[in-house]
Amino acid sequence: MNISPYISVFNGETVKLENVPVLDFEEFRETLLSLNGKNGRLSSLFGMPVEYNMTRIFAIIAKDRLGNLCILSTEVGDSYKSLTPDCPQAHWFEREIAEQWGIVPEGHPWLKPIRFHKPYSEDRDAWKRKEDEEILPCVTDYYKVDGEEIHEVAVGPVHAGIIEPGHFRFQCHGETVFNLEISLGYQHRGIERKLVGAPDGKTIHYMETAAGDTSIGHATAYCEALESLAKCNVPLRAQAIRGILLELERLANHAGDLGALAGDVAYLPTSSFCGRIRGDYLNITALICGNRFGRNVIRPGGVMFDIDNEMKAEILKRLDAAFKDTENAVDLLWDNPSVQGRFEECGKLSRELCTKIGTVGPAARACGVEQDVRFDLPSGIFRFAQISVSTYHTGDVFSRAFVRMMEIRNSVKFIREQLANLPEGKIMEPCGKASADSLTVTLAEGWRGEICHTAITDSKGHFEHYKIVDPSFHNWFALANVLKNEQIYNFPLCNKSFNLSYCGHDL
Amino acid sequence: MSDFDKFLMAQVGFIAALILSPLIPGIINRTKAVFAGRQGPPLLQLYYDLFKLLRKGAVYSNTTTWVFRAAPIVSLSAVIGVLMLIPCTGATPALISFQGDIIFFAYLFGISRFFTVTAALDTGSAFEGMGASREVLYAALAEPAFLIALSSLACLNNQISITGIFIASTANPFANIAVILLVAVTLTIVLLTENCRVPADDPNTHLELTMIHEVMVLDYGGSDLAYILYGSALKLWAFASILVAIVLPARTGSLFLDSAVFVGGIFIVAVIVGVIESTMARFRLDKIPKMLIAAAALSATALLLTITRG
Repeated sequence: MNISPYISVFNGETVKLENVPVLDFEEFRETLLSLNGKNGRLSSLFGMPVEYNMTRIFAIIAKDRLGNLCILSTEVGDSYKSLTPDCPQAHWFEREIAEQWGIVPEGHPWLKPIRFHKPYSEDRDAWKRKEDEEILPCVTDYYKVDGEEIHEVAVGPVHAGIIEPGHFRFQCHGETVFNLEISLGYQHRGIERKLVGAPDGKTIHYMETAAGDTSIGHATAYCEALESLAKCNVPLRAQAIRGILLELERLANHAGDLGALAGDVAYLPTSSFCGRIRGDYLNITALICGNRFGRNVIRPGGVMFDIDNEMKAEILKRLDAAFKDTENAVDLLWDNPSVQGRFEECGKLSRELCTKIGTVGPAARACGVEQDVRFDLPSGIFRFAQISVSTYHTGDVFSRAFVRMMEIRNSVKFIREQLANLPEGKIMEPCGKASADSLTVTLAEGWRGEICHTAITDSKGHFEHYKIVDPSFHNWFALANVLKNEQIYNFPLCNKSFNLSYCGHDL
Repeated sequence: MSDFDKFLMAQVGFIAALILSPLIPGIINRTKAVFAGRQGPPLLQLYYDLFKLLRKGAVYSNTTTWVFRAAPIVSLSAVIGVLMLIPCTGATPALISFQGDIIFFAYLFGISRFFTVTAALDTGSAFEGMGASREVLYAALAEPAFLIALSSLACLNNQISITGIFIASTANPFANIAVILLVAVTLTIVLLTENCRVPADDPNTHLELTMIHEVMVLDYGGSDLAYILYGSALKLWAFASILVAIVLPARTGSLFLDSAVFVGGIFIVAVIVGVIESTMARFRLDKIPKMLIAAAALSATALLLTITRG
């Protein structure tokens, strides 16, 4: 007997699809809003076609305090009443559903495509575009402010630096930004559609390149999902090595970000040192697996490369040296008044807005929100070795930089502990076939924030649907909000303090 | 020294300035590299860049007019004009010198800026418009500081030509230490602002939203860019030489030694600029006007001190 309108699971727990209740839309809406109101975060919201003209909408809500996930679903036809006005966290998810399946969320305040591709459903289009109409990325109407002294600044998709493509529209009054609208989609590769019918030989490579700088994060989330579906017990040693790799990825990226933040305010020493130190961390990853970005190391069932005693000593030696350099380089940042003058009070995100729009990762922790998947919803090695949550309360660029440095300290401590107590045993357990008609949700705390993968299998154990939510998907909107009434020259600094992924968003 | 010798010296000094000035960015970059623990670009990098760029063709946007094409040449010519007014050492006069040329000196920079800004607006790009607006704002605030500083020097030495000031300040070095110090600080701030160095601007940034000077010249390439880069090296030389003339007034009697001290002083200024850029971050844009107003206040104090000296 199941009277609950939703099903509660742990991170990485597999449930039979038939056990996920299908509510009628009104009840779904009510349940989602009430769960969302009580410290529940919308981790994922997506549609899966079930039969002709019907789409099943799944919502995954993370209850950080309770350490579990609530899954609920409903079925909708051509349209439904939008959730966004009551739950702003659904904003981009609903636009995504509209774009993919042609379902109109009625009353959505800003219904526009987010990736600019043809709808997956063949005969439905939320914007009534013709079938043969060419869809060009970011060719759309933008929010406009009118007035004599208003000017519009369009940045991108081709940027001055070597970064990914994205389009930014600023409505400015002099140097002050009234509104920033971010439009992405240039990096859309259609990964999720390619995963239907998987897993196959290519799947893991799609995961490792979903967001190139989060290879280990996405690969971990995927492997944990597949292992849970296949009831594979990953050896403890492999879990520890995955944890070490995940933290190394965090170290490299955080160190790189701190250097880049210094570079954006033209503070040379930290900028130059951190660029090199990032390479040192990447090289430790390469020492373990031969690839600086941790490709080809995490596989369903375990890891491909072991850490022997000799390597352990070498990692510790390099880690100590790199960490010492990081502390010295970053201390220069905190000690320099001209740097602090730029960081403090720049790009402020209030705690209230942060939780309202569902910001994740260091950006949320920099607003004082205690939220970290490794702590709240642990999986893998993090169930046994806890990492403390690093928060700071000011919500500005300084806060986001400071949280990164605290996380660097915690990650180094974690890696040292893990290396000292590396469990004995195998590093790989053969991973069998995924169980049929099941659903599993895995969350991992990548360096940028919460990664959420949802896998749904069909009657043969193949993926009927696979949904990836990169932390960037939550956080781009936070960046756009931070710029309100900010000075336009501070945009690069704010942008760097979030350092979001374009390809992780566009998939 | 006969008049002809002086004229010859002035010519030699002028040509030396034209040849040596691209070393300044090289020295600044090497200083920064030392601080950052890097090897850094070669000292002669700007020379290589200039020769490379001069061999290249240029691409012009369809929205631009003759203003865009004229600007690099006009602005380079104006800066070369400035160099003609500056003596190559404290002992010899400049190539051109007349009563009141300090005003001409200041506004030759104005002409150069006017054309750069107009050309930036000519492109119709939002970025370049933003850069132009910032440039004009800071120039408007740097100008009083610069002019008042020059006036204090003029009053201090009872001379209203650059050559006169140079010769007088070497003949009677440190006539008034307080005034010299105040003027030197003002001139340093103006030098950093006018030459788009940290903390006012970041010459290395590639972020079009934060740039001031760099964004205005984004659309240039080939020989036009070479003129602009060369012009900015000359501008640095010009500002540095005034600073050196008042802070390092050498008169050993030997022309060769005097020139060596003068050129060495300019290179020291380059090193100082490099040190400043390595040890501090760029200011918020809204802080730069405050810095320039403070500079103007310092130079006004210097002027008051000179006038009331008795």
